[in-house]
Amino acid sequence: MEVSTTRRGFIKGLIAVGTLLALPATLLAAMVRPKAAFGSKEIDASLKSLFGDASIEASDKVYLKVPEIAENSAVVPITITTDIEDVESISVIIDKNPNPLSANFKLTDAVAPEVSARVKMGQSSPVRALVKAKGKVYFTTKEVKVTIGGCGG
Amino acid sequence: MDRREFVGLLSKASVAGMLPGVSGWAMAGEKLQPPMFGNTRILHFTDCHAQLLPVYFREPNVNLGIGPAYGKLPHIVGKNLLKKIPEIKTLREAHAYTYLDFTAAAEKFGKVGGFAHLKTLIDQCRGEAGAGRSILIDGGDTWQGSGTALWTRGKDMVEACNMLGVDVMTGHWEFTYQDNEILENAKLFNGEFVAQNIKASEDALFDGIEVYDEDSGHVFKPYVIKEMQGKRVAVIGQAFPYTPIANPKRFIPDWTFGIQEDDLQELVDDIRSSEKPDAVLLLSHNGMDVDLKLASRVSGIDAIMGGHTHDGMPVPVVVENPGGKTLVTNAGSNGKYLAVLDLDLGNGKVNGFKYSLLPVFSNIIPADAAMTAYIAKVRQPYLAKLNEKLATAENLLYRRGNFNGTFDQVICDSLTNVLDAQFSFSPGFRWGTSVLPGEAITMDRLLDQTCMTYPETYVRNMKGEQIKAILEDVCDNLFNQDPYRQQGGDMVRVGGLTYTCEPNGASLNRISEIRDLNGKLIDANKDYRVAGWATVGSKSPGEPIWDVVATYLRDKKTIKVEKLIEPKLKGVAGNPGLADYQGEIV
Repeated sequence: MEVSTTRRGFIKGLIAVGTLLALPATLLAAMVRPKAAFGSKEIDASLKSLFGDASIEASDKVYLKVPEIAENSAVVPITITTDIEDVESISVIIDKNPNPLSANFKLTDAVAPEVSARVKMGQSSPVRALVKAKGKVYFTTKEVKVTIGGCGG
Repeated sequence: MDRREFVGLLSKASVAGMLPGVSGWAMAGEKLQPPMFGNTRILHFTDCHAQLLPVYFREPNVNLGIGPAYGKLPHIVGKNLLKKIPEIKTLREAHAYTYLDFTAAAEKFGKVGGFAHLKTLIDQCRGEAGAGRSILIDGGDTWQGSGTALWTRGKDMVEACNMLGVDVMTGHWEFTYQDNEILENAKLFNGEFVAQNIKASEDALFDGIEVYDEDSGHVFKPYVIKEMQGKRVAVIGQAFPYTPIANPKRFIPDWTFGIQEDDLQELVDDIRSSEKPDAVLLLSHNGMDVDLKLASRVSGIDAIMGGHTHDGMPVPVVVENPGGKTLVTNAGSNGKYLAVLDLDLGNGKVNGFKYSLLPVFSNIIPADAAMTAYIAKVRQPYLAKLNEKLATAENLLYRRGNFNGTFDQVICDSLTNVLDAQFSFSPGFRWGTSVLPGEAITMDRLLDQTCMTYPETYVRNMKGEQIKAILEDVCDNLFNQDPYRQQGGDMVRVGGLTYTCEPNGASLNRISEIRDLNGKLIDANKDYRVAGWATVGSKSPGEPIWDVVATYLRDKKTIKVEKLIEPKLKGVAGNPGLADYQGEIV
């Protein structure tokens, strides 16, 4: 592997390592993907399918980074971190998407609770980040605006 | 004379005659700059839109503040502004800051701005401050807005700014040139081009594109420290956050913007602890409403010196936040004003300040000879084209205002007539100079209104529901009650159409009763032939907008806008940002 101090070199190095791990990760995803939750067109049904009867409450310990206005609604960058301990999963719900559940990450104690993804949005919508830990669900919400653009001064 | 009489003066067309007891703020030969306060002077201009020569620029009579912005600066116009701000003391200043009796006042007081006049004023201000005690900063929208700026790809303005002595700049319309041209111009610029909120996309970083910092992804330096006689001032750059949305992404495919409030707070904290500055400034192209919100949420910035929304605000707004107080200023547009922020710095903090926004009246500020010669040299190869007289204006032509301007109406009429369309759209830009009645509309003046890198026109069929969707979308970018979800432009101008607008309405639910000029309601499912220009998605196929308008003007020879067509407004009667409205208010 090329040894380099640049960010680009570092990332290229990571990819070389990553390809070794890719296969089992894909298999794992297929096994645990909650089909019913992703397929649902209703937020409540997705939540029920993901979390059963676990209590859900707003939390200021869930941090959601999203743009105020999307530069490209097909790939909206989203990053979620949390101070909550013993995180089991992090999920993303976009209220006004046809299928509101956009991402669901299963975490173990071995990793820091930080996930990033790019999500597709059909229109302006609240974006919800949900963190499950010790049987409870904590969430925060931010509004992301989708616009046709142009006509700005 | 009391304040009430003063406020009344400009509206009585009395400026053209004798005004006993009222003196101009400065007469020829007088010192133009305010006396120095403190030990450090920051000079700031913004949004000059490549206007090298003096121009006329009419301020708006419609600049609505909605929700929390109601009745607050900058959303106060005309007489309401004069009543609100006692610092406006002379008729000349009242003319600079308002639209009141614009034609008569403009004829009396003359043109504003011009780089040769700006240069003289700047040099005087720097002289007054004392050697090494001042910097000059430019908020951007400098490389676009004139024919010569477009034809030289912004380079005429880079050199003009070098001659002016600009130390630091950030940008917005700068990013409507191709990315490699922008980087090249930034290198030709003798000052520092700063932006904390422009980063390369992860894909582009991986491909190894040119950036300032490969680890952080910053395309430009996020900030610079300027040391003035031992006083250290940090200037952070904040480029227009929504450039890839409001303007074409295709010119800057690898760069991503946004407000990046968290990054900014982190950067301010880092600068405070590692650089030990005496003051931290944000050179911002957010627009004033965004700056006001930002100032309430980010701590540790002493002043946000802003632009973008072209609000020439004579006084700063002081905003409280968890860490203290932040000044928010906005220095107007078109070279019309020079802002002077004097600071008393020491022991790592601001101990006092004085702010003035100086109008640049070209007939009382002498032109700098070297700059005059440079401007003549820049324009010389293009003079025949620029000076072509296309038509004569029979009434005042201007653009600025939330809904329509007389020049926009001419552009919309040109689109529908020349391109044989039923309706037309023209963007609600805030740049574009004014033409007085009786003046020639030259190609120079037309390019002031239209010159940019994506001027191509289109004619296409649109369903009524699409027309409504466009109006709603743009209206939300103007009147969303959260400034972070506004873009800072005005409402799209329409030709052949009228509509009703309820600015306080919910998002995507403000527009109703869209009618043609015969009063017939638009059918949501019917196709209409619509012309427009400045598409941000892909390049449109038609000829540039200036050719379309020039064809119309040459044909008409004289231009008279009989009545400015403005939408019917609901729910904003009595708003201090609304005066002398030409449309119906219900």
